Amino acid sequence: MDSRKKTVVRALVAAVLAVVSGAAIAQAPPVKIGLLATLEGPFAAGGQDGMRGAELAVKQRNGVVAGRKIEILKASSDAKPDVAVNATRKLVEQDKVDIMVGPLSGSEGIAVKEYSKTQPNITFINGSSGAQGATLQSPSPNFFRFNTDGGQWMVGVGKAALEKGYKRVMVIAEDYAFPYSQVQGFMTEYCKLGGKVPVKAWVPLGGKDYSSVIARIPKDVDALVVVLGGADAVNFLNQYEQAGGDKPMVGGSITVSQDILNYKGKRRDSLVGTIAGAPIADAYDAPEWKAFVADYKKNFPDGYPSPSLFALVYYLNMKATLDGLEAVKGDLSDGQKKYRDALSKMVLKSPVGDVKLDANRQAIGTTFITEVVKDSQGNLYNRVLKKIDNVNQTLGIPPAEFKIGSRDEPNCP
Amino acid sequence: MSAADWRRAMNLQPPRAGAAGGPRSGGASAPRPRRQLTNPVRVRHVLVLAFLIAYPWFATPFFTFQIGAQSLALGLIALSLTFLAGAGGMISLAQMTVAGLAGYMVAIFGTAATNGVTLGWPWWLAVLIAIAIAVLAATFIGWLSVRTEGIYTIMITLAIGVAFYYLTLQNYEVFNGFQGEQKVFPPTLAGLYWRDPVPFYYLTLACALAGYLFVLYLLRTPFGIALQGIRDNARRMRALGFNVTAHRVAAYAVAGAIAAVGGVLFTWYNGLVTPGSVGTGWLINILVIAVLGGMRHPIGAFLGAIVFVLLQNFAIDVFDRERFNLVIGLVFLVIVLFSRDGLLGWWAALSARMSTQRGGSPWTAARKRLYAR
Amino acid sequence: MTRPARVVWTLLIGVPILAFAAWALQDNARLFVITLLNGLTLASLYFIVASGFTLVFGLMRNVNLAHGSLYLLGGYLGFFTAQFTGSWLLALAAGFAAAAVVGLAMQVSIFRFMPGQDLRQTMVTIGLSIVIADLLMWIIGAQVHQMSPPAVLDGPLRGLPVIRAYSTYRLSLLPIGIVIGVALWLFLNRTRVGMMIRAGVDDRAMLAAAGINVNLIFATTFAIGAGLAGLGGVIGAVELSMVPGEDTRLLLASLVVVIVGGMGSVVGAALGAAILGLAETYGLAYAPTYSVVFTFVILVLVLAFRPRGILGRPA
Repeated sequence: MDSRKKTVVRALVAAVLAVVSGAAIAQAPPVKIGLLATLEGPFAAGGQDGMRGAELAVKQRNGVVAGRKIEILKASSDAKPDVAVNATRKLVEQDKVDIMVGPLSGSEGIAVKEYSKTQPNITFINGSSGAQGATLQSPSPNFFRFNTDGGQWMVGVGKAALEKGYKRVMVIAEDYAFPYSQVQGFMTEYCKLGGKVPVKAWVPLGGKDYSSVIARIPKDVDALVVVLGGADAVNFLNQYEQAGGDKPMVGGSITVSQDILNYKGKRRDSLVGTIAGAPIADAYDAPEWKAFVADYKKNFPDGYPSPSLFALVYYLNMKATLDGLEAVKGDLSDGQKKYRDALSKMVLKSPVGDVKLDANRQAIGTTFITEVVKDSQGNLYNRVLKKIDNVNQTLGIPPAEFKIGSRDEPNCP
Repeated sequence: MSAADWRRAMNLQPPRAGAAGGPRSGGASAPRPRRQLTNPVRVRHVLVLAFLIAYPWFATPFFTFQIGAQSLALGLIALSLTFLAGAGGMISLAQMTVAGLAGYMVAIFGTAATNGVTLGWPWWLAVLIAIAIAVLAATFIGWLSVRTEGIYTIMITLAIGVAFYYLTLQNYEVFNGFQGEQKVFPPTLAGLYWRDPVPFYYLTLACALAGYLFVLYLLRTPFGIALQGIRDNARRMRALGFNVTAHRVAAYAVAGAIAAVGGVLFTWYNGLVTPGSVGTGWLINILVIAVLGGMRHPIGAFLGAIVFVLLQNFAIDVFDRERFNLVIGLVFLVIVLFSRDGLLGWWAALSARMSTQRGGSPWTAARKRLYAR
Repeated sequence: MTRPARVVWTLLIGVPILAFAAWALQDNARLFVITLLNGLTLASLYFIVASGFTLVFGLMRNVNLAHGSLYLLGGYLGFFTAQFTGSWLLALAAGFAAAAVVGLAMQVSIFRFMPGQDLRQTMVTIGLSIVIADLLMWIIGAQVHQMSPPAVLDGPLRGLPVIRAYSTYRLSLLPIGIVIGVALWLFLNRTRVGMMIRAGVDDRAMLAAAGINVNLIFATTFAIGAGLAGLGGVIGAVELSMVPGEDTRLLLASLVVVIVGGMGSVVGAALGAAILGLAETYGLAYAPTYSVVFTFVILVLVLAFRPRGILGRPA
């Protein structure tokens, strides 16, 4: 080719490239994802870790999914449902996010679920809220929960407790929906297999003084089922040991979560030997889990020694969000119908096993039975006793007979 | 204030030279004073009203609903406190309790998605009953608090508020405990769903306007004047033959009615009412809103509400996400430290400075003395 | 109150309590006695914190709603001091000092310029409490901080009659509370500064007219009041742990104690603390569902019939 033709060809190629790349850039606006967690009040530490988990899912994709840049808009609530809805509404209507991930706590989840019904063209994916009602009662067609709920987290613990020889237990739990679901998850199996729960002590939320509850512990119970979170668990453990108590404990899912095992003080030694049920187990030895932990530690040197329940659950939900986006190649048109279809049918590959959704868009997933042990550096972690897959929301009971947990339900004194 | 000030304020003539007695409502040669029941309507009033009415036409649905309607509903609740505190001198932290109680009653007597009690009666009946029950509760609170003064009133109303919070938290049979009442929505009337942004905004605007004008009117009735007299000097009023206790309890009842309407609107805005809605956080927030705006005039409640809602929604964008509580606290602190009466206090100081430069009217000066403390 | 009225009131309150006590003792003596101890020890903690609150109000009519934040501040600083030096006593001193310094700063830089404006001062304390609480959460984080008791008070005390075992540290709260109460009483009633404070509580104007530097007295009182909150914080950090949110809880408790007992009266604070502590623990032990409502109902009833509290003086 002579030089003039070469120049023309080069110019043409350059122009075509420019148009194509320009079109590519014009075709791929960033996908805006709202992220809501509690960053104020007693759950703030859990909320911070939840955000880390979600950010990890984004970082694993280098901030791009299906050719579109991921833009995360963060918001904070203080575990109050009205604050959560206001924050969500702002992200959805004012900041115009395409997808909403959150919130953290149970009652917030129910409120956000109700709000999602007013925004049929936006997809709402849960953060870590574990209230059964969010998907079991009047579910919303665009609210997805890729994490199992509070009741599912305790499946198998009843059997493990009986295997440890605890034939009579006392329940000490906070008086609201999430502990109700946890206790139900425990007692459904435990009562059926012949265990007895003579006393249930429901402590008002926010109460710090467990001396009266400790005084009520009968002499003839074999163990205490302690479903308290955060500072309350620490308080109880401390006061119980100081009062000379020595009964073994069975923990709820947030009783032996990382943010408790990390509390700054010496009393945590009394936790060694506690069995619990949770969607997470620090010492799970599957390679996917180990890779996840290494990733977390690399990206967040100021985080916990091992990701907490909140980090894992937010990670699961954000990963599902992004995997779904990839499956539809970033196409959120047509009211996001294709995207929601993809989510409903998705089998999420998570560090702890596969997660599927049921008809109410509620996760069917894995529960771990764990025991607290101390490692060589003196850090506490949860060793895996058993792994149970395919735990569904009605805990194996036929859906027609299933009742949401409450103060008196279930009962086997 | 002195007799001369009072006379000037009432546009009356001073007594003739030599007469040493008290105020007489004008001698034979003095013209009868024009008695006004309201302030003259000024340009700024018309402008603000026009802006409020036209607001949904140029604001986004988000701004109409979350900023506009929420401010108006919150402002109405804060108005009840401004009335009670500014005119009655009684600072009650239980206004949000009354508002929340009204919200709960609407949910219980009307429709709500809950495992607890919900009777499903028609919405207008539920609203009426809710307001009635809330007014009864407010009267009861007033009866309990009426013998306390100043700081003690704050304490006892705070205690009542916290007691109610724990009652709603722990009771499942009636209040559905921690979950509260969900899906508490206004009805669909005349083909309009009243929780859509624009209809709901106009609903709250109408109620807020009604409440505002009502309070303004009330302040000039004999009841309102007597209340302000009781605020200034209860002993003297008692000596004059006024039943101080009855006036005070009536003030609580009136404030309760205003708070109840605001509470129903706020519950409809949120679509739910939970123990968190009546917890210490919100009890103090209403006080913050009222003080922020200024207690000298009913408009202060709405000013405070607008600032509060804007801060709550947009502080998080300007500052680090996790520190916006600090921002709200600092803003509040600055306003309280540097102003005697919130935003209205700043406005008054500014206009006083400008009016003395221009030679203000005796009415402005006297009015400042009438309301300022 | 007339004699017959007093008799009626004593019977009205005393008889149900005695009846309940009799029933509870024969039902489960261990629970009853443990709850009694729990209540009294909790009352000690409440008393220490509330005494500072009532002192500040009694003298300066300043309802310091930042009292809870001072509790939190003292607790955190005490925790870190104990971690650093290993000495609980040093931690106590550090907690007291830190809160006292902050209290002093608040009085000298802010409240001194707002004499007589009670509501405005209260508003400022609300703002300060929000700011301090958030600053603490920013710097220290939201995790739970549980302080260890000193080695000599660690662990349970065994071999006790009826109750078999009880937390040594918790039991020690009783003598600590009594010591602080007595020290406070001695300070107020046997020292010159205490005399001036008491005089100021009775009649502030006369105090100034007598030529005493009222600002200095105010500053001292505020510092002591704040310091007591910080001291309470260190003690509470062991028993109840430190976490954001504790400030509101302890503030509410202080309010209830001071209202029931009477503002401005240290003996009233002791009485109020005893009533609140016992009501809370007995409520939690025997009727946990509505125990907190019950506590506040007591408060409301006391206020309705004795608006100044049991031992209060007119404002």
